[in-house]
Amino acid sequence: MLNRNSRNIFRFLTRPFFHHQRNSFLLPSSTPSSQFTSVTGFDEKYCTQLHLQRNIIPTELKVFSFFNPLRNFLKTRQLGVGIPHHKCYGSMGGVVQRSPRFSELNDDDVKHFQEVLGEKNVIQDEDKLTAANTDWMHKYKGSSRLILQPCNTDQVSQILKYCNSRGLAVVPQGGNTGLVGGSVPVFDEVIVNLSSMNNIISFDKVSGILVCEAGCILENIMSFLDNEGFIMPLDLGAKGSCQIGGNVSTNAGGLRLVRYGSLHGSVLGVEAVLANGTVLDMLKTLRKDNTGYDLKHLFIGSEGSLGIVTKVSILTPPKLASVNVALLACKDYSCCQKLLQEAKRKLGEILSAFEFLDSQSMDLVTKHLEGARNPFPTSLHNFYVLIETTGSDESSDKQKLEAFLLGSMENELVSDGVLAQDINQATTFWRLREGIPEALIRAGAVYKYDLSIPVENLYNLVEEMRSRLGDAANVVGYGHLGDGNLHLNVSVPQYDDKILSQIEPFVYEWTSKQRGSISAEHGVGLMKANEIFYSQSRETVQLMTSIKNLMDPNHILNPYKVLPHSITS
Amino acid sequence: MKIMVAVKRVIDYAVKIRVKPDKTGVVTQNVKMSMNPFCEIALEEALRIRESGLASEVVAVSMGPSQCIDTLRTGLAMGADRGIHVEANYSLYPLSVAKILKKLVEIEKPRLLILGKQAIDDDCNQTGQMIAGLLNWPQGTFASKVVLDKEKQVATVDREVDDGIETVCLNLPAVITTDLRLNQPRYATLPNIMKAKSKPIKKFTPEELNVEIKSDLEIVEVTEPPKRKSGVIVSSVDELIDKLKHEANVI
Repeated sequence: MLNRNSRNIFRFLTRPFFHHQRNSFLLPSSTPSSQFTSVTGFDEKYCTQLHLQRNIIPTELKVFSFFNPLRNFLKTRQLGVGIPHHKCYGSMGGVVQRSPRFSELNDDDVKHFQEVLGEKNVIQDEDKLTAANTDWMHKYKGSSRLILQPCNTDQVSQILKYCNSRGLAVVPQGGNTGLVGGSVPVFDEVIVNLSSMNNIISFDKVSGILVCEAGCILENIMSFLDNEGFIMPLDLGAKGSCQIGGNVSTNAGGLRLVRYGSLHGSVLGVEAVLANGTVLDMLKTLRKDNTGYDLKHLFIGSEGSLGIVTKVSILTPPKLASVNVALLACKDYSCCQKLLQEAKRKLGEILSAFEFLDSQSMDLVTKHLEGARNPFPTSLHNFYVLIETTGSDESSDKQKLEAFLLGSMENELVSDGVLAQDINQATTFWRLREGIPEALIRAGAVYKYDLSIPVENLYNLVEEMRSRLGDAANVVGYGHLGDGNLHLNVSVPQYDDKILSQIEPFVYEWTSKQRGSISAEHGVGLMKANEIFYSQSRETVQLMTSIKNLMDPNHILNPYKVLPHSITS
Repeated sequence: MKIMVAVKRVIDYAVKIRVKPDKTGVVTQNVKMSMNPFCEIALEEALRIRESGLASEVVAVSMGPSQCIDTLRTGLAMGADRGIHVEANYSLYPLSVAKILKKLVEIEKPRLLILGKQAIDDDCNQTGQMIAGLLNWPQGTFASKVVLDKEKQVATVDREVDDGIETVCLNLPAVITTDLRLNQPRYATLPNIMKAKSKPIKKFTPEELNVEIKSDLEIVEVTEPPKRKSGVIVSSVDELIDKLKHEANVI
C-alpha cells in the first residue's frame, strides 16, 4: 500500500487515454537524391496533357451553376451504369468505378518492388492489408493487395517512376486517420506507406525550424520538441497516430490554428516526389523567399494528388511556461459568439484556443468515454466553451484570464465555469472536447461534416439539421469557433441511405449559400470529390485540373479523390 | 466541529521531472506547481463532511514560500473557509511540518485533521503518522472511505492495506490520511474563485509558532531512474534466438 513512487502511480491511474482521432493521412519519406529532371522533358508532357485535358472537361458541365453542381449530373449519367464494385457509404461512393486506365498488379510488379525495397518492405500480409485498406471510421474500404514501405526519398521516387510507367494507381498513406476517405485505396491502388521514414533530420534551436521526414508521428515530434523547449504549431486529436506528411498533405488545422495559423504559414519547405519520380527539393528553412512561384503550397492540402511529400521543414514556436484552461457554460449560441469577441479583445495575444461544443456533444462524451464527467453536475447548460491561454508569465496570464472570466460572468455571457487548477484538470477539460470523435464512433455510425461558415450563422445549420432529421438521428455540433469551423456530426445506429439523402446535398447547399466551405480542415478526399463545386468555381476547378494534368499526367496519384471523378478518371 | 486540512504545493504531477545537474535536487524554476493530488483528495473529503452538516468549518494550511498562497487560493476556491500560511523559505521535512501542525492544532483546536497520505514530490509518507504521534491522537491512514458519527464522536475509516480493506474506528479528535480512491475532487468554479478572493489567509512563521526548525535529515544525492531501453523489432526467428542467446543470455 505504500507507494514507493506515487507520482508515477498517480500518473498511471489518472492518465488520459486519448490518441487517435481526427484528421489527416499522407506520407513522407527520407533521404538522399534530389536530381532535377530537365524542365524540357516535363514540357512535352505538359503540352500533350493540355490537349487531353480540354477533352476531359465535359461541355455539359457549363449548364451547371455553382450552387447546383455536378452531383445531379453525375447521378443521371452514371447511376444507370450500375456499380457492383462500390465500397463506401459516404457521399458519392456508390457511383465510383474503377478507371480502366489503370493496369492490374501482377507478380512481376511485386518482384520489381521487392528488388527496389527489399522483401520485408513489400507487404502482402492479409491482416496488414485489411487495416491499410480501411479508414479509421470503417466507412471506406479498398481492396489493395500491396503495401510498399519505402525507407527513403529515392525509394519513393523509384516506386512512383515504375508505377507511372506501368500505369499502376497509388495511394499515399501516413497514419490513416483521415475522415474523408483520402488515405485508403478506393479499389486496388498500391498503398505507399511512409511510416518507415520517421527520422528527425535537424532542429535549429535559434530559429525553431525543424526538418523531418514525412512519416514522423505528430506526437513523437511534439515530445522531441518539448525536450528542446518548443511546440508544434498544430495539435489535433489524432496526434498519436497521424504523421506529419499527412498533416501537411491535408493541410490539417486542429486546435492551435487560432493562435499559430495554418500550415501554409508554418511550413517553410517540403521535399516531394512527383508522379514520374522526379524529386522536388524545396526543403528550405527560410522564412522569407520570394523567388518565383511558391510551389510548396501546391503540396500543402492537395492530399497526395500532386505528389508524395517526403520531407518537411516547419517553423515551431517556443514553448511558453504558462498555460491555463477554462471550461465555460453558456446558455445560448449568441453568448458563445459574444464571448469569442470579448476573448479576442481581453485575452488578446495569450488566447491559444477557443473551442465550443453543444450539450449533445457533452452528453455523448460523458456517456461513452470512461472517466469523462461533466464538470458542472448541478445544472444543465446548452453550450460549453473551452478557452486556453498560453503566455510567458503565469501570474499575469492568470490575472488576465480571471479578470476576463469574472467580467464575462457579470455580463452574463457565461452562466458557469471552471478553471483548471493543475495540468491534470486541464487535460480532463481538453478530453471533453477532443474525445467527441471517439465518443461518436462508439455511439454507432456517424456522418461527419467539417464546414467553414461565418461564425454568426454557424450553429443555425445544426438546428436546421436537427429539425430535419427529427428522432432518426442525434445531431451534434462542436468545433473551432475561433476559426469559424463547425464539425457537424450526425450520429445514427447504422449507415442508412435514407438518412444520408436527407443530409446531402442539403448540408452542402446550405453551406454554399452562406459562402462557406464544405471542407474546412478535413480535406476533400473521396467523400467530397464530386462536391467541390459547392465551394470552388468552375474556373478554379478547371485550373486545378490543369495543374493535376501537368504534374500527374496519368492520374496515378490518389485517384478518385480531391477533383470530380468525371474530370479525372 | 472544525476540520483542518494540510495542502502542499508540489511540482504538477503531469510535469516531466528534471534532476539538477549537480544532483542536489530537482529543477523547480519555471516549472508548473500545483496542489499535491492527495491533498486535493483530503480537502475534498473535508468539504464533503462539512456539506453533510457534520462540520462547520474547514481550514486549509500550507507551509513554504510565499507562492503557497496560490495553492491556498485553490483550496479556498474549492470551498475551504479560510487559510493559514506558514511562511518558510527553506526546506521543511516531515518532522518539522508535524511540529508546526501541532502548534496550529493547539491554536485552532480542530476535531479532525486530514492530510494526503504522502506528497508526490518527496514521497515521504510520514507527516500524518508523526503528527498523530505528537498529538497523541488516533490515526486512520490510507483512507478509502470515511464515515463520521457525530453523536458518538467517532470516525470509521476504511484503510487500503495490502490484502484488502481494513476498517478502523477512531475516537475524535483524530488524524486521517487519504488514499487515491477516497473521492474525486471537485473543480474550482468561477463563482467560488471569485468568493475565494475575499476569504482570509492568516500568516505565521515557524518562529512565531515557537517551532525550531532543525534539519534532521540530509539529502545526499538525487538521481534520475535508469532510462528504459527501447525495444527492437527482430526480422526473423533466427535473429531472435541469436539475441536471446548472446545479448540477453537467457537461453
